[in-house]
Amino acid sequence: MTVQERAGSVTLGPVLFNWQPEKWRDFYFRIADEAPVSTVYIGETVCSKRAPLIEPYYAAVAERLAAGGKTVVFSSLSEVVSKLDRKLAEQICTAEGFLVEANDGSALMYLKGRPHHVGPLMNVYNEATVKFLAGIGAKNICLPVEMPAKSVGALCEATRDLDVSIEVQVFGRQSLALSARCYHARAHGRTKDSCRFVCEEDPDGLTLSTIDDRKFLTVNGIQTLSYEYLNLVREVPSLRKMGVSRFRLSPHTLDMVGIATIFSGVVEGKLAADEAAALLEAMKPDAPFANGFYHGKPGYTWNTASVH
Amino acid sequence: MPETYIRPELVCPAGTPAALRTAVDAGADAVYCGFQNETNARNFPGLNFTPAELEQSLGYAHARNAKVLLAVNTFPPAGKFELWRDAVDIAARLGVDAMIVGDMGVADYAAKTYPNLRLHLSVQAGASSPEAIRFYCQAFGIKRVVLPRILTVAEIAELHREIPCEIEAFIFGNIGMMAEGRCSLTNYATGLSTNMDGVCSPAADVHYEDDKEGNLTTRLGPFMIDCFAGGENAGYPTICKGRYTCSASPEAYYAFEEPVSLNLSALLPDLMRAGVTALKIEGRQRSRAYVKAVVAAFRKAVDDVMAGNAPALANLLALTEGHRETQGAYRSKAWR
Repeated sequence: MTVQERAGSVTLGPVLFNWQPEKWRDFYFRIADEAPVSTVYIGETVCSKRAPLIEPYYAAVAERLAAGGKTVVFSSLSEVVSKLDRKLAEQICTAEGFLVEANDGSALMYLKGRPHHVGPLMNVYNEATVKFLAGIGAKNICLPVEMPAKSVGALCEATRDLDVSIEVQVFGRQSLALSARCYHARAHGRTKDSCRFVCEEDPDGLTLSTIDDRKFLTVNGIQTLSYEYLNLVREVPSLRKMGVSRFRLSPHTLDMVGIATIFSGVVEGKLAADEAAALLEAMKPDAPFANGFYHGKPGYTWNTASVH
Repeated sequence: MPETYIRPELVCPAGTPAALRTAVDAGADAVYCGFQNETNARNFPGLNFTPAELEQSLGYAHARNAKVLLAVNTFPPAGKFELWRDAVDIAARLGVDAMIVGDMGVADYAAKTYPNLRLHLSVQAGASSPEAIRFYCQAFGIKRVVLPRILTVAEIAELHREIPCEIEAFIFGNIGMMAEGRCSLTNYATGLSTNMDGVCSPAADVHYEDDKEGNLTTRLGPFMIDCFAGGENAGYPTICKGRYTCSASPEAYYAFEEPVSLNLSALLPDLMRAGVTALKIEGRQRSRAYVKAVVAAFRKAVDDVMAGNAPALANLLALTEGHRETQGAYRSKAWR
């Protein structure tokens, strides 16, 4: 199947933050029942210490999502260092009967040779890397958030004949950096081992401001995200034309069903991008939107000029 | 009986042909360098090598039994792959002793086109577990991994037993707080990417401002990174070493790391015991005087350890960033 024939769809990335387990479960139950998304990624991608908290609900959530007609993909841990990290990566990647999204090299060690997804925290920037990954079983690749439109277009063009769909994040805070150190624990004078799960206080992350009081970044455990929320709703038609077929929303404590409905309308050509942008503006989180990376500008910026 | 060690390779930075000669003369077993473009992670103005300079430098180093490693360790964005492919072709033609790669596409091209070209896995690939390293070794025939600066010595020793390749570890120099190859903070603030353009905190986007009270503020793009009271030692503004505030800390604090440099001279015997084959010094952007002083000091320290003597630890503190040093992640998990 070539890219032109691929139907476009909206997907939901994994919850990146430490939500209360029951809240996490109920969020996915509602997505299962109401959200117009084709694929839902679940699992703990940021911190292996958090994984046991949501594990008891994996089965129920996966079942409900499948019943709602969604493809369920387990997203693997992004930074694998400690014994606990390694055990979690192995457990997710070797589980029978699940599709897995690789977010680091250790996942590829387990997944190569069978169909899998590759996540946005892997560095897939070019056609040579896509071809290599397709050769070891990748069926879907979500590109790094910092890829400019020009490169996304060139990548799609050069990989058109491969059996790999290309996915791009279009909504939510943008992951900017990973570390081995937990900055949530550090902000509270603790270490990763003694964190007492203080990240649960910030369901959309902890805002860092500059000394002159400009909101700048968002801390989520070992992950640093943008303060701004990525919003590429106006760019969806251009991305569609390039050959991107899957549009990822990153979950926040917002009305994600409503946001998925808006994006789905644009992807399916039933809702004009301008109209969608106005609707999203009204549902706006308590932070500005940004789309700079796509336009080849600093990632925090908001650009209205079109690229194509 | 004194402990015996396998002699490690001292791998030193060469930002220019002159720095390369300086490092070789000061006792480097190997030097690493890059071309004058975005194919390497130190793509700074005035730095790096033309192909002709690399060829001459190879002659100089090889005549003195030193190796030359070429870093082609950034991530080519689609549509620009030719630049990286050309770098690999030139490296293979000139006969570099090894090429340091980060991108899977670049590694795949090099492994398939030049099966005899020795490949090292760059720290930019972020391979931090035995499984990830084994994946790269099997896929591309990687002979040595440059470890991310996030592991403890105990973890390195354990990892050594589980991987089929050599280990290179950073022992001195600038220490980034984010996992290498997995940081877009510079691009977020400036529009230039560390992974795709090979720059971190580019000088053109750095601003210094004095206020009436004699405070010095530093910015990257529009973002204030730090503010120094008069007399405080002002560091170069990089996002991961700035001071910020948050709800948990209304007082400005180093949210990621303080402006310190890595110095593992005291841990040299431990690293060698853990199975580290190559000891790497950061700093291709540093001066010849710096390279000379640091390489000579570490040459002596390594030779002392090999001779069974306590290494005479030269005072390297004066050469560290902000004159402050750390053992980073290597000493204990409490760093995390």
